[in-house]
Parts: sequence; structure tokens; C-alpha cells
Amino acid sequence: MRFIVSCLAAVVLSVLPLRAATPPAPIASGEELLQGRDAGRHGGRLVVALRAEPRTLNPAVANDAASREVIGRMGGDLIHINRQTQLTEPALASSWSRSKDGREYTLTLRKGVRFSDGHPFDADDVVFTFRVMQDEKIGSSNRELLIVGGKPIVVKKVGQYSVRVSLAEPYAAAERIFDSISILPRHLLESAYASGALADSWTLATAASSIAGLGPYRLKEHVAGQRLVLERNPFYWKADSTKKRLPYIDELVFLFTGNEDAQVIRFQNGESDVLGRSGADNFNVLVKDRNARRFQLADLGPSLEYNFLFFNLNDLSRKNLPQVAARQRWFTDLNFRRAVSRAIDREGIAKLVYRGRGVPLWGNVSPGNRLWVNASLPHPARSVAEARAILKKAGYSWRGDGSLVDRQGQRVEFTIATSATSTQRTQMATLIQADLKELGMDVRVVPIEFRALIERVFESFDYDASVFGLGGGDADPNGEMNVWMSSGSNHLWRLGQTSPATPWEAEIDRLMQQQLVTLDVGERKRLYDRVQAIIGENQPFIFLATPNVLVGARSDLANFQPSVLDHYTLWNVEQLYFKPQGTSGRR
Amino acid sequence: MTRAKVIIGGLVALHALILLAGFAAPYDPTRQTRTMPFAPPARVHVFDASGRFHVTPFVYATVSDASGATYSEDTSAQFPVRLLTHGAPYTLFPGVTTDIHLFGVDEPGRIALFGTDGYGRDVFSRVLYGARVSVTAGLLATLCALLVGTALGTLAGFCDGIVDRLVMRAADVFMAVPWLYLLFAVRAALPLHLDTRAAFLMLIAVLGIVGWARPSRLVRGIVLSAKERAYVQAAEGFGAPPLYVLRRHVVPQTYGVLLTQAGLLVPQFILAEVTLSFLGLGVGEPEASLGSMLGTLQQYHVLASYWWMFAPAVALVAVATAYHALTSLGHERARLVAS
Repeated sequence: MRFIVSCLAAVVLSVLPLRAATPPAPIASGEELLQGRDAGRHGGRLVVALRAEPRTLNPAVANDAASREVIGRMGGDLIHINRQTQLTEPALASSWSRSKDGREYTLTLRKGVRFSDGHPFDADDVVFTFRVMQDEKIGSSNRELLIVGGKPIVVKKVGQYSVRVSLAEPYAAAERIFDSISILPRHLLESAYASGALADSWTLATAASSIAGLGPYRLKEHVAGQRLVLERNPFYWKADSTKKRLPYIDELVFLFTGNEDAQVIRFQNGESDVLGRSGADNFNVLVKDRNARRFQLADLGPSLEYNFLFFNLNDLSRKNLPQVAARQRWFTDLNFRRAVSRAIDREGIAKLVYRGRGVPLWGNVSPGNRLWVNASLPHPARSVAEARAILKKAGYSWRGDGSLVDRQGQRVEFTIATSATSTQRTQMATLIQADLKELGMDVRVVPIEFRALIERVFESFDYDASVFGLGGGDADPNGEMNVWMSSGSNHLWRLGQTSPATPWEAEIDRLMQQQLVTLDVGERKRLYDRVQAIIGENQPFIFLATPNVLVGARSDLANFQPSVLDHYTLWNVEQLYFKPQGTSGRR
Repeated sequence: MTRAKVIIGGLVALHALILLAGFAAPYDPTRQTRTMPFAPPARVHVFDASGRFHVTPFVYATVSDASGATYSEDTSAQFPVRLLTHGAPYTLFPGVTTDIHLFGVDEPGRIALFGTDGYGRDVFSRVLYGARVSVTAGLLATLCALLVGTALGTLAGFCDGIVDRLVMRAADVFMAVPWLYLLFAVRAALPLHLDTRAAFLMLIAVLGIVGWARPSRLVRGIVLSAKERAYVQAAEGFGAPPLYVLRRHVVPQTYGVLLTQAGLLVPQFILAEVTLSFLGLGVGEPEASLGSMLGTLQQYHVLASYWWMFAPAVALVAVATAYHALTSLGHERARLVAS
């Protein structure tokens, strides 16, 4: 008897979510944003497998990918970058204007918008948010973004629905910095901020009722180590073309899997509905399985990420590393780097490491970045003969056994250190090892623990060469400032420069600074093209390849429009819905 | 007796195959064929596409489709399997370089008996070379552990007192040390730019140094009991010097135990090497080891799509089984002698 009762209870409970899913109230005649896509239907539950458990739900301090993914669904930003067009579009700010000198922006906020707890949103929330994000004590990762010309931007309230943003100097694409900065509810967080407890607020243990945002979803429950459930925000400020309030899907469930393989297996077994970015190998496993299991899989083409080989060109005069310093006489030789570049089989890397789902690269801007790529950069094909000719001209020679020696008769041998957790970069290094063997170079590949590698590259400089990947954030060149500026924190080949070490680095510094303050898009493009050309000529990084963005979803998920920019799959989560035929058998 | 012959014959054959990897393998294990990643094992035919029988087995060329994801046989040309054919040069023994391989096919045909890996390298050749690394590491580490263990065990058993206590407490410490973490620490302390050969020797040394404790305890026990035997005391009574007594009367008593220990330790150390290489701490790319080859199976797509990548596991099972059979044979004989 007890068994029957519990079975009945289970049946009732399993249909509850469907019955409880009453459609949200239609929108009033406020200033909600109407989006003219194909109109969907309410209901259903979307399950997404994340690689890791989010660390926090606090937008001010989140800096891991999982937290950002979840927070992105719970928060709203003022100006948003449309992941499809890669251009900015109005969000919580319905419009904005720029002063003539380019140093002042006035943002008009949308009226009638409410946080997910029903509290109205206005300019005070915006001012509060920027105060928090810029506070040194909070330590927000957004803080750096909000510094222009060496000074923090100033956000002032002009009216209840209007704010003014002042910059120390003109800043190209300034509106892009507002993207993904979630506006915080002043009414919930002001007291915590005043008492200095804001950085520790909104953890995963915080009650759902104390968290509110302007995104399509709000927190429902968190089961530690297993899942995080979000429910529809009944006050969300977007609607579809028929004035139906968004989002369509009732619940969003994030599962924590641990790694990409587990994520893919969950998706393959139908335990999750959307697959965030996956590697080509796993993607191919799914492609073979596609017909049996009804997925929609998308190969979106090249991502914005760039993978590269780089040599240690750091100033080692203050480090006690005589062996590395001795090998630097090859690394600093441009002809040496050119020869290495010429001998690398980039097509082979794209084919073997990315199983053909990637493209070779000769510059830092991937062809996936349509607006900024310099299409006129040369793409010289692999040529061992050419590479040998370059080396010969530069004074290198070969012994009888084919090994390469420099002018002093020293055998050319070095190590490529890679992260042991990145199989793909270790594979690239292994291919490069075989390629350079044809030049007579003795290359060793050493996979080491990720943190140990970071320590060597950024602190001790005790390494010869390494394979890294960067990029993949915003399409705009401003995101690359910290890589190409000689003082940048990611200027990997030669860190900690107080003044540019070479004339070409000085030239890049000048061009990058200039594009930062140039407001004309065409002129910025011309400047950045020149930067790409200088990088190509001097090869501080030897670019290898970029993987395609590979994602998937259940085939009955409609409006699924993945993009090559970050938040690849869920950027338009409010517009996703389940097609009717698929919903009957759903959870 | 026939079973013993089979086991010992099998072990000898297995080791001959592994130690002569260069001869038995048709290809250079580091040679990449980038047009053929993850190609399935080549099929050896005696009947051609039209059903005609051929006395000499042959293979067809393997071709991939445009996407490179699937492979098929090109039946337009046959490549007969040749014995004792010329191929990539290799070192058979130190100082002897040759290019004669046990079998092979003419280029552009390829006989990849166990398929190819992600770089298009021949898995069969890599299994042989990899097994050579793993088994050699096991044998040398065993030798190292037994030498150190016997020396220290004999010393402890024969000297008694403070020396005995010191050595045995040291053995306790070594038995308590988690060897895997010790190896992590040793590898982290060494410079990045380490020769493959040096890395290999370091591996053997660490395995041997950590493994001496158990055999030394056994040897000490035997030495202690042998010391009390009447003939040993008689020899001492006649004025034989201690070293003579040790060499002539005591140490020979330990040979049986040492042999059984060797039978147990070799597969254990092979597994230790496999574990380390599996975790990326053993012999580095492009050299093969059974462990590093098995390491690729950690990736879901390899596990799910390419069954031939399990070949090193099969080789490992074969080696471990052979040694297990050897030790159980030893046990049986010991029991026979005892009864």
C-alpha cells in the first residue's frame, strides 16, 4: 500500500512542474523591449550541464566561467553586445548619446522595469552598481574595464531615469564596456555594502528571496555539488512581437559535471538539453550519433581564440638562468622565429588537433572576427626548404647527422612546456616537435601542471617556449590591449617592460593607444590592421590555429542561435522555447 | 613439466619480441602520417576483391574520405606482405644499426596491424617499443630494488643490534612513503629540459630505491634464521671470516626468496611505470610507453570511437599474466619440494 502511495506521489510530483507553469502576466504598456523573432510558447524546463559548479552568485566578484554563465542569465546590463551581429544594442538603457568631444555619454534608462523581486529599477541602482564595481575593496574583475585613460569612469545620476558617464579621455567603443555588467539592486545590497560585507554576499548558500536581478531568470534552489535551478523572472522587461512576456521556458537547470567529457556524455544521453562549447573530438562523436538521438549540432566556424607558440624573450639579467639565457640568442633572432614559423604545418594542426574543425592562423585576429580581421596578411604555406634557407642565411649550419648548430657550433635544442590539462596544446607541441625535427632542431615537449606553467611563464621565466591560447572575449581590439601593449599583463614573450624593448613594440604601443582614442571606426580598423601586420612581421607569437565553435542542443529547442562570442549558446535564453511536438514527452 | 616449459617458453618469446622491438615492428614508432589519424587496423587478405585466392597475404591501401573522418580500402592496388624487408633504420643492439624488419609492405601501402593513433603513427610498432620501455623499466627497477634490498637486508640480519634497527626503521619509512607522490616531487624538482634517457633512468632509480624495503625485510629474516643453523655456527667455529660465511653459507639461502620476489616485483614495477607515464610523468612524447599510450584513452572520444587504442592494455595483460604464471609455477614447485 505504502508503495502504491509513494508511486502515486511520484507521478503527481513529476507532473507538478508542468501544471504549475502558468504563463506569466502579459506586459503592461510600459517600456518593455519587444523583440521581433518568431513567437514561441511558454512552458518546459531547460537543462544545461556546466563543467564546474559556480563559486558565487555575486556579479561584483564572480570571475570563473561557471559563475558568469549563471549570473549572465540572472542579470541585465545597460547596453548589450548582440552576439549575432557583434554590435551593441539597447538593453536597460533604451538609448544613449555621446558628447562631441567623445568624453561624455548620457544614458536614458527604460521606465517601468522591475527587479525579479518586484522592486522598481532606476538610476540609483545604476550609480550604486558602478560604485561597487569600481571599489578597490570589493576587488571586482570588472574594475579594470571601467578605467579609461588611467582614471575610473564617473557615473552620475541626472534624473530618475537618466545617468551621465564621464571618461577621462575619448574612448572608442566605450559603450561596449557596459556589456555583461549586471545591474545590482540597491535596495538589497546597500546595507551590506555600507557594512563592508558586500564581497561576501550572494553566495550559493544565500536564500533565493534575498537575491534579485534584471535578467530573465531568478534563483529557485541550489543543491550543493549537483544542480542550481533558476525560475522565470515574472517581471522581466522583454516581450515577443505578440507582447507575450519573455522568457518562454519556465525553469533553467544547471547541472555540474566536472569536465568536458562528462558534459558531452550527459548531453549524448539526453540528460541535458544544450551543449556549451565542446572540442572537435567529442563533437564528432555526437555527429556520428546524431540521427539516432535527435540533436541539432552547429559548427559555427572559427572562434575568436588564437593559439600560438612563443619563445621566452624576457630580460633575464636579474634571474639566475644561464642555460635559458644562452638559448635566448636563438629565440631573439627574428630569422630563427621566421624559420620556425615557416616549418610549422598549420594545416596539419587544424586537421589533427581540431579534426578539421578549425582553421590555420597567421595573425592574432581570427577570420571569425569579421569586423576586425586584416584580410591582407600573407599566409605563406609550409616550406621546410624555405625555412632551411632562412636559417642558412642567418649563419646556422647542419652536422653530418642532420642536427642544426648555430654559429658557435652549439646544437639547437629547446623545450616546449605545455599545460598537462590541455591535451590539444600538448598535441600542437608534439606536431611542432616533429616539424622542427626536419630542420634539425631537437625539441622536447614537457607537459606540466597548469599552475606550475603559469608560475614559470609569469614569474620565474624559467622556460624556453610554450604553447598558449588567448582571445575569445570581445571582438573589439580594446580587449587585446593587455596583450600587445609592451606594459600589458599578458605581453607574454617579454613581461614587465617599463619602456618598449624594441622599436616595433614601441610602434605597436603607439598604434594601440591611438586606436583607443579614435572614434572613427574606419580609421580604427586601419590602425589595427597595421598592428596585425607588425605582429606578423616580427613574430613574437607564432600563430598556429583556432578551433571552430562547436555547440549543440536538442532538436526541439527553437530559436537556438549560438554565436562565436562568449556565452555561445545561452545568450538569447529568454527567446528559447520547446517546439510543440517535443514537449509531450518532456520532463 | 610441459606447463612449465610453455610458461617459460612464452615468457622468453614475449621478451624476445619486446626487446627486439625494432626488428618486429614494421615502422618507426615516432613517424607521423598526418593524412591518416585514427585509421583502423589494416586487414590482411588472402582473397582479393574479385574473390581470387593469393598465396602471399596482402593489404589494400587505406584511403580516407574528404572529411578525413572515415576510412575505406582502395582495392585497385595490392601490397603483398614481405618478410625480412627493408624499412626505417633502427638500432638492434647498441652499436648494431640495421633497416631489416620482420615484415612490411611496399610504399605507399601501409600495414598498420593495430591501426594508427591521433598522429597517424603505427600503433603496433608503438606497442612493441612501448612495451620495451615499460618492461625494461620493470626489469631494471627490480634488479635495482633486489640489489639494494639484499645488501641492506643481509647487513641488518648479520650485524644485529643498532645497525639492524637503523636499517629496519629506514625500511619502515620507505614502505610508508607514498611512492607516487615521491615521484611527483622528484620530477618537479628536476629541470624541465631533461633528456628522455635521463628521465627514464630517473624513473628506474626512484622505483628501485622506493622498492628495496620489502625484499630487504625478507632477506633479513632468512639471514637471521640461517645464522642460527648448525653448519653456519660450525663454520664460524672453525674460524671462517664473516664475509666468507656470508658468501658461502648465508646468502645462497636467500636465492629462492629473491627469485619469487623478482617474479612479483617485475609486473608491479611495470605497472608503476605504466601509471607514471599514464599521468604524463614517465617517458615523454614522441617516445612510446604502454602507460602514455593508455593515457590517450582518458579522452572520451578515443574511448568511444577507436577500439584499437586498447591494444596497449592487451599487451600489458599478456605481460602481467606471463609473470603471474611464472610466480604460481614457483609456488607449486616450492610446495612439491616442501612435501
